[in-house]
Amino acid sequence: MNAENRENLRPDQENVLEIDHLTVHYVLEDETVEAVNDISIQLKKGKIMGLVGETGAGKTSTALAVLNLIPDPPGVIRSGRVLINGRDMLKLSKKELEEVRGSEVSMIFQDPMTSLNPVFTVGEQIAESIRLHEKCDQKKAMERAEEMLSLVGIPPERAAEYPHQFSGGMKQRVVIAIALACNPHLLLADEPTTALDVTIQAQVLDLMVNLKQKMNTSMIFITHDLGIVAEICDEVAVMYAGRIIERGTLDDIFNHTRHPYTEGLFNSLPDIDNRTAELKPIPGLMPDPTMLPKGCAFAPRCPYARPECIETPQKEQAVSDTHFVMCSAYQDPSFRIQRQEVFYE
Amino acid sequence: MTKYIFKRILMLIPVIIGVSLLIFIMLDLAPGTVLDIIANDYSPEQLEELRHQLGYDRSVFYRYGKYMWDLVHGDLGISYIYKTPVWDLYMQRLPSTLKLAGASVLVSILLSIPLGILAARKHGSITDNVSMVAALLGLSMPNFWLGLMLIILFSLNLGWFPSSGDTEGIKSLILPAITIGTGLMATLTRTTRSSMLDVIRSDYLRTARAKGVPEKAVIRKHALKNALIPIITVIGTQMGRTLGGSVVTENVFSWPGIGRLTIEAVKQRDTITVTGCIIMSVIMISIIQLIVDIAYAFVDPRLKSQYSTASKRRKRIGRTPEVRANGT
Ligand SMILES: Nc1ncnc2c1ncn2[C@@H]1O[C@H](COP(=O)(O)OP(=O)(O)OP(=O)(O)O)[C@@H](O)[C@H]1O
Ligand SMILES: [Mg+2]
Repeated sequence: MNAENRENLRPDQENVLEIDHLTVHYVLEDETVEAVNDISIQLKKGKIMGLVGETGAGKTSTALAVLNLIPDPPGVIRSGRVLINGRDMLKLSKKELEEVRGSEVSMIFQDPMTSLNPVFTVGEQIAESIRLHEKCDQKKAMERAEEMLSLVGIPPERAAEYPHQFSGGMKQRVVIAIALACNPHLLLADEPTTALDVTIQAQVLDLMVNLKQKMNTSMIFITHDLGIVAEICDEVAVMYAGRIIERGTLDDIFNHTRHPYTEGLFNSLPDIDNRTAELKPIPGLMPDPTMLPKGCAFAPRCPYARPECIETPQKEQAVSDTHFVMCSAYQDPSFRIQRQEVFYE
Repeated sequence: MTKYIFKRILMLIPVIIGVSLLIFIMLDLAPGTVLDIIANDYSPEQLEELRHQLGYDRSVFYRYGKYMWDLVHGDLGISYIYKTPVWDLYMQRLPSTLKLAGASVLVSILLSIPLGILAARKHGSITDNVSMVAALLGLSMPNFWLGLMLIILFSLNLGWFPSSGDTEGIKSLILPAITIGTGLMATLTRTTRSSMLDVIRSDYLRTARAKGVPEKAVIRKHALKNALIPIITVIGTQMGRTLGGSVVTENVFSWPGIGRLTIEAVKQRDTITVTGCIIMSVIMISIIQLIVDIAYAFVDPRLKSQYSTASKRRKRIGRTPEVRANGT
């Protein structure tokens, strides 16, 4: 570790991941996609943070930025710091990055169908990161790869097969096995269960929770599914149009919801106790990420919006030590949302 | 795998028969036979005897059958112009053509693949644009012109290399190899670039990088192996074409290869030699194609696994035949 990195060490050693004012843009020929705008997150050792938000909110871009793997061009990390165990991923040399990726931090990618290399066997693909990071020989690495396969519920004999011989759900599990192969401190799981059926989904979630308990792995768990969040996450960050509009512990977000968008997400869930109740999807669409408003991006869809919301640049406000919300309406101390009540009528 | 190779070899036979039959009939249709040309050297009785021997009193299919039968035994007939067996003529010239084809294809592989990869990685940059313009130039320069220019510059003016023949080893090889290689390089660079461009943004390269695979290995191992199929196809086609002898280049440099032999035979109406050269080229090209097909199977597991034997697959999956039988 060089001097500069040591300087970056925070007194708060507990944080495995610390994202500080991260901004990621995709600069295209005639427009700029503002995918991630000035977000900050802290994640402690052994905790799972759910990162939820609509499609296009910037979840995957955030995870890629943590690995310093934003495709460039067109992606540009405009500003910010991403500290993993105190080291800034955005300042590491190529060589240091290669050492950290796959061993300290790894990622389960969203699309398992395209994330595996078609010309290498799944065993080889899992063994590769083991061989790179644990400096062992190919034979030992292949043995470990087979163990990893059985860990995710695939018969180890199938290590010699190629991705095209696997079903979608099995590919997803291979992708998971690759990410877990070297026991990372931090795991970025990008919708790891979307391609799986319900039983397998439960198994994979169990696997992750086990991993957290046994290895003390920290995780960012990206998902659309608030049910999964309730099941496995300790903390939640809600993302909208490239901003984290509300974050806090599971209890903060689920039981003390503050942001109108978070409330909208809950309202759009099917109600288990009252199956005949109509779903209340949030009306409208997320704004075009190439033309974000100066103020609150959710305002056009927000039932509580006031004229000044669109104009006022939003700042994060603390609700409690752990709970933060980005909604200027709370500058008025009497402002309340009516979670669980019917609104959009 | 053996089954795949065997199947490919079997498939060669109808291809070779079809193409050679077509060529044989076309050459046979040309007016005049070798008998007209050598008529002055032989008596009418001898000519009649020869006509019978060569099968000109029977149908073209009979002659074709006889020709192919002899071919299997290494006999391509006798050239009445050179008064030697065509097989010997062909074998005499083959080394020069092999040398030229090998050198030009090798040079073009060694230069084009790295250049194509570089252009793809720096997509849209100056390097990319310059190499693509260069490739376009290489592609549009005709071989006879390039050959002559090289001779004027390097043989006549500078005197570095001989202008003709295959007598000075590597030195004589360089100019003709550059001439043929330039065209090959242009095609191969463009193919490598476009095929790498398809792969380079793929999700699985991102997965490799996320595992911490060094960038060099990401390109050379993960990307290149995926981009290889079109590259192998182009190399195979080019190898096949040059093995048939590059008529133009061999003539410009008076290179004693198959291309030159073919042209000389055509000029002297030596049908039997022309037929021999062309049919041998067909066979050569077919063999190269076979090698290419086998190479595909090594590069693309989707092809390979299709032909992996049932027992091997069962062993890998860990299923016993009984379980399978019960299942169905
Ligand atoms: N390579 C790219 N080039 C240009 N724009 C991009 C690129 N990758 C992502 N974007 C844009 O950045 C924004 C955020 O994308 P991102 O993939 O981070 O969303 P996401 O929250 O992961 O969505 P999903 O839930 O659908 O996976 C989107 O508007 C997307 O169109
Ligand atoms: Mg995504």
